[in-house]
Amino acid sequence: MKAVSTGKGKKAKADSTKEVWNLRLYVAGQTPKSITAFANLKKICEAHLAGKYRIEVIDLLKNPQLAKGDQIIAIPTLVRKLPEPLKKIIGDLANTERVLVGLDIRPVSG
Amino acid sequence: MVKAKHHVEAVKKCPSGIRGLDEITKGGLPKGRSTLICGSPGTGKTLFAMEFLMRGALDYGEPGVFMTFEETPEDLAQNFITLGFDMPDMVSRGLIATDHVYIARNEVEETGAYDLEGLFIRLGSAIDSVGAKRVVLDTIEALFSGLSNAAILRAELRRLFHWLKDHGMTAIVTGERGDKTLTRYGLEEYVADCVIFLDLRVEEQITTRRLRIVKYRGSSHGSDEYPFLIDDRGVSILPISSLGLDYPVSTERISTGVPKLDAMLDGKGFYRGSTILVSGTAGTGKTSLSATFADAACQRGERCLYFAFEESPRQIIRNMGSIGIDLGRWVKKGLLKFHAARPSLYGLEMHLVTFHKAIEEFNPRVFIVDPISNLIAAGTASAVKSILTRLIDYLKMKEISTFLTDLTHFGGSLERTSEEISSLIDTWLLLRDIELKGERNRGLYILKSRGMAHSNQIQEFLLTNQGIDLIDIYTGSGEALTGSARAVQDAEEKASEQARRHEADRRLREQERKRKALEAKIAALRAEFEAESEELNLMAEEERKRQVLLAEDRSKMAHLRKGEPSAVRRSARKRRGKGE
Repeated sequence: MKAVSTGKGKKAKADSTKEVWNLRLYVAGQTPKSITAFANLKKICEAHLAGKYRIEVIDLLKNPQLAKGDQIIAIPTLVRKLPEPLKKIIGDLANTERVLVGLDIRPVSG
Repeated sequence: MVKAKHHVEAVKKCPSGIRGLDEITKGGLPKGRSTLICGSPGTGKTLFAMEFLMRGALDYGEPGVFMTFEETPEDLAQNFITLGFDMPDMVSRGLIATDHVYIARNEVEETGAYDLEGLFIRLGSAIDSVGAKRVVLDTIEALFSGLSNAAILRAELRRLFHWLKDHGMTAIVTGERGDKTLTRYGLEEYVADCVIFLDLRVEEQITTRRLRIVKYRGSSHGSDEYPFLIDDRGVSILPISSLGLDYPVSTERISTGVPKLDAMLDGKGFYRGSTILVSGTAGTGKTSLSATFADAACQRGERCLYFAFEESPRQIIRNMGSIGIDLGRWVKKGLLKFHAARPSLYGLEMHLVTFHKAIEEFNPRVFIVDPISNLIAAGTASAVKSILTRLIDYLKMKEISTFLTDLTHFGGSLERTSEEISSLIDTWLLLRDIELKGERNRGLYILKSRGMAHSNQIQEFLLTNQGIDLIDIYTGSGEALTGSARAVQDAEEKASEQARRHEADRRLREQERKRKALEAKIAALRAEFEAESEELNLMAEEERKRQVLLAEDRSKMAHLRKGEPSAVRRSARKRRGKGE
C-alpha cells in the first residue's frame, strides 16, 4: 500500500479506489467549531469516498495525551492517517475545495 | 475575578536561581506572570530559560514544563548537559516535562475557523503531569511560520498568556529580535509584565554578552546593561554595583616584603584586606614588587593567588630567582598558585568569572593581578572599571589583600590610566624612571595610602640579587640625585672628606716629628752637658793627682835639700783637706 501511494499522485487514483481512508478528527469537547467540522467532513466523505472511509473522532479533553502523538496544536484538526503520506487539515472544513485538495481527493464529479 | 486579584496584590517575585539575575530584578521574575526574553540568534535565550526551569525544579521545589517549538527533545537534552543538567534523569524523576511542538507548513492545510486549543491541552497535560509551577515556551514564534492565519494566532496568543496567568504559571517566553521591534512578531504586546533583552556584541574581536531589563511592571529593577556569560555552570550575570560598601575592615598590618617600604608606610606596611595599586612604566620593577609581596605572604604562611597576564609562571619564577626570591618552593608547598592567561583570550566578563572561580577554589589571603592594565585590552575602559569595582568589592568582602599592578605608557601621565580606578585604591605606589645625566634609574614613592601617615619621600628603588632595596635619594646640595650621579656625588664627598682627614693626619705627624726633634735636641744637650761634667771631673782628678805628685816631688826635694820644711807641711795639709 505504501508503494502505491507514495509520490504517485494522480496516477494512484485507480488504486486508491480500493483503499480504506482512515481519517481522524481531533476535537476538544462539543464546541460549535467541532460540530461544524464533523458535519462538513461527513458530507464530503459521503460525496467523494462513499463506503471506503472511516472517521475516528478524538476528544482531547478526554484523552489529552493523544495530542502529542499527532502533533496537534489547532482544534479542530483532521488527520489523514491512511493512505500515506500523513496529511493534516486544520479548521472547521468549511471550504470543501480546500479539504479535497488537502486530502488529495479528486472530486467524483470532476 | 482572578485577574482582579492579581492587580490588587503587589508583585510577587519568583527567584530565577540564575546568578546575578535575582539581584538585578530585586528578587526574581514576576511570580505567576510571563516574562519575555528576546534577543538575536545565539544570545543565549534558550539557555536562560533552561536554567530558570532547572533551578526552579532543583533548588526551589517548583517543577517545570519545557515546551520547545524548535529543537527536538534529543537536542534539548544535549543542550541541558552543556549546563550540567541531566534532563532525562529529571524527566524520569518527575521534575521536568518536555513537549516538542512541531509544525510543518507543507503538511498542513488550513480551511475555516480554528483555535489553538490543542496547544492549551498539551500544555495543560504537561503541567498536570509534574505539577508544574514554571513554564518555558521556546520559541512560540515558530507558530507564525507554521500557521498562516495571523489574526487567529494573535488572538490565541493573547488567550494563552491569560491562560498561563490564570493557572499561576511563572513563564518564560523567548522571542527572536525583530528589525525595529523587540521581537519579530511583536510578542512584547502580549507579555507586558517583564521583558528582558539579551545582546551579543563583538568589540575588537571579543564577544561580550549583555543583558538589559527593558521593563518590569510593578517593580524597580537595575536598568543598566549587565554583562553575563554562559559556562559549564550555567548563566552568570555580573551586576556591577550589587555589592555595597559595608564590608568589614581590618586594622591588622601586613608587610610589603621590603622592610624599607614598610617603614615608609607608617613603619608597618599595608592594611590587611586593602587594595594596593602599583603603577609604573615598563621595566620599573612592578613584577618584582609583586613577587616580593607574594613571597612575604607565603612566608607568613598565607595563601597567595597570582594572576599573570604578561609572563608565564615559570618565567616569573626564573626571573625572580635572579633577585633572590624563590617562588618555586611556595608553589611546591601549595601556598602560591599562578594563573596565567593572555588577556585577549576571553572577554572581560569571562576574566571576572575566572577570578571568582579561582578565588573560591583556592581561598587566598593575598590576590595579585599583574598587570591589571592588560585587561583593558579585553574590554573598554568603562567595562574594565565596572569589572574591577565588582572584583574589588568582592575581595574586600572576603578580606583578601589585593595587589594590582598597572602598566602606564611612556610619555603619558603616570596617573592617567589609573585615574579611572583611583577611587577604588587604598594604597597607591608609583614606580617611575628618573632620567638624569644619561641614565635611567627607578624611583618609588607613595601617591596615597589611606589611613596611615606615610612617607612623602621619593626613594631610589634598587633590584639587587638579594631582593628589593630602597635607598634614600641624595639630596645634599639641594638637588635630588640617583644612580651613578648619586654615587659620584657620594664619592666626591668621600674624597674631600678623606683629603681633609689626610691633612689633619699630616699635621699631627708633623707635630709629633717636631716634638721628637725637640726631645732629641734636649737629649743631645744633656749628653753634652754630662760629657763636659765628666771632663771637668777628670780634670779635677788629674789636677789633684798632679798636686799630690807635685807635693811629693817638693817634699822629696825638700828632703833632699833638708831645707824649708814648713813649705812641705803646708802643702801636705792642703792635700789632706781636699782628699776628704
